[in-house]
Amino acid sequence: MNSAVFPIIVPLFFAILLMFAPTQRVYQKIVATIGILSTLSMSVFVLQKVHTDGAQVVTFGSWQAPFGITMVADSISTLFVTAASLVTLFIIWYSFTAIDREREGNYYYAVVLLMLVGVNGAFTTGDLFNLFVFFEVFLMASYLLSVLGGTKQQLKESLKYMFINVFASALFVIGVAMLYAVVGTLNMADISVRVTQLEQPAIVTAISVVLFIVFAFKAALFPFFFWLPSAYSAPPIPIMALFGALLTKVGVYSILRTYTLLFPLDTTFTHTLLMILGIATMVVGCIGALASWNVVKIIIYNIFIAVGLLIYSISLFNEESFAGMLYYTVHDMLIKAALFLLVGLLVYVTGTQQLRQMGGILTRYPTFAWTFFIAILCIAGIPPFSGFIGKMLIVKGGFASGHIAGSIWVLFSSLIVLWSMIRIFIYAFWSKEGRFETVPKPTYVKMLVPTVTLVALCVAYGIFSSVVWPYVQDGAKLLMDPTLYSQFVLKGVK
Amino acid sequence: MNQNNVILNTLTYVVFFMIFLFSIHIFLAGHFAPGGGFVGGLLMASGLLLLYVTFDLETVRKMLPINYSILVAIGLLFALGTASIGLVAGDAFFTHYFNHFQLPLLGDSELHTAMLFDTGVYLVVVGVTMMIIESIGGDQ
Repeated sequence: MNSAVFPIIVPLFFAILLMFAPTQRVYQKIVATIGILSTLSMSVFVLQKVHTDGAQVVTFGSWQAPFGITMVADSISTLFVTAASLVTLFIIWYSFTAIDREREGNYYYAVVLLMLVGVNGAFTTGDLFNLFVFFEVFLMASYLLSVLGGTKQQLKESLKYMFINVFASALFVIGVAMLYAVVGTLNMADISVRVTQLEQPAIVTAISVVLFIVFAFKAALFPFFFWLPSAYSAPPIPIMALFGALLTKVGVYSILRTYTLLFPLDTTFTHTLLMILGIATMVVGCIGALASWNVVKIIIYNIFIAVGLLIYSISLFNEESFAGMLYYTVHDMLIKAALFLLVGLLVYVTGTQQLRQMGGILTRYPTFAWTFFIAILCIAGIPPFSGFIGKMLIVKGGFASGHIAGSIWVLFSSLIVLWSMIRIFIYAFWSKEGRFETVPKPTYVKMLVPTVTLVALCVAYGIFSSVVWPYVQDGAKLLMDPTLYSQFVLKGVK
Repeated sequence: MNQNNVILNTLTYVVFFMIFLFSIHIFLAGHFAPGGGFVGGLLMASGLLLLYVTFDLETVRKMLPINYSILVAIGLLFALGTASIGLVAGDAFFTHYFNHFQLPLLGDSELHTAMLFDTGVYLVVVGVTMMIIESIGGDQ
């Protein structure tokens, strides 16, 4: 019964343990490793349990379902929780060498685990207000991570980041209060039942747009994306990887949950809105990725393309596109983290973020270069790598529901992704010798090993997609039929 | 503070303990009456703040050598531990248990696990508030 909360309380417990001796570096590393490994094994355990026994629902304090706060581990949330824990494992491993001693001594690992608590909680919760609470939990942690170290750039950007998020959070509470005033409940399963009985689709649609704006801020969708490129590029690479891989996905997940479960009434309006904004976000991402000469910014703009694609696939609203969306989200979490780690290594060996100053890495660091190349193939979606399957399903779903132009644009945008990434490869790895820093070999290897492992995992995710496929299919079925969700939350049907 | 402020110094010795005891009272009243760990913790922190105002940072640190970040961690462990009783007992997470006990001196008293959780809240609030005050007021 309680297994839904394990991926949340295990990292919390280890984060508390880490707070006892912040300056003991060995203690910090050992406890953080044990913590993230046990979180990951817990989430895999829950994933398997959900697959065999059906969704795990726990309502805090043994209250009945619509009254207490419900935590729901269903096939969608556990899939995301597992991916988030996996990504965090690699980022913590990479941080052992990439994060300086000063940050390590100031609760770095504790805060990373606390952020995972918030992210896993936001994925698992079945209560709209509790979703807000978990948003705040990971936002607090992300404020701390983005300001930790206190460089001038970080202070400047984290201030903006905080303002944007405080504004979005205020809007979130307003939206939740409006919804509560209309339907009289905050339990998501209960809302989904009552919304259909309520004969006022217009007001619910208006509220859905308010909440959509909140999540669009978090996911960095088209008109609300402006804060992301500068805010994400300020902190050091592992933190950037953590933000880029996880935080926007929480926004996407919230849109997915609310728009399939709570607001499936006026789909012609809401889903057209999603489609337009999704495509616009992709356009922005493509322009940014091609225009930028800063390697970090190129990867950051690639986040937009992925988020746009995911929102587009939500708007298609059929089983195939949902399966593709779930599959692609996990792929994108892994590959974005991998790309950030790779770019971190690139900046580390060259000492610059400017693509124009780099060159000739292929001859000096061949393993690194070819890993980067494989990562490019993964993210662009060249078969048999992992991006291909997700994109194929989304495009197929698009064609099936008659959105030909949008689907062709998705295909075209993957070409642009490939172009923007290959550009890094050509300039930094192929061309004449550029700038190089003298890098101690052991440090380079220590940073390379987690990166290569993560890229290998991405490749394996594509090749052995049949292993993940049953979980994805469960999720897609659940998304198509929101009554299933309310049945197992409210009535305990497995 | 280097002024020779007799009134403040003398009052602080008395008032600090009054605030401390009142914060414990508010904390214990919390279950059925207004109060609880959060308010109690804030009161306690304000009492400590009075010490900081009266004496200086070094003196207070010598008087109360408490590492507030560890206090926060202990508080969080209390809260998480209380919530996890349900996991061990086979009930839902955060399940609340209570019963009546015959205690010496106090007689028939009702004991709740919620109070353990509130102890955690109390410690976290005191710890966090003092950490904030120390980090803002600590450097000149």
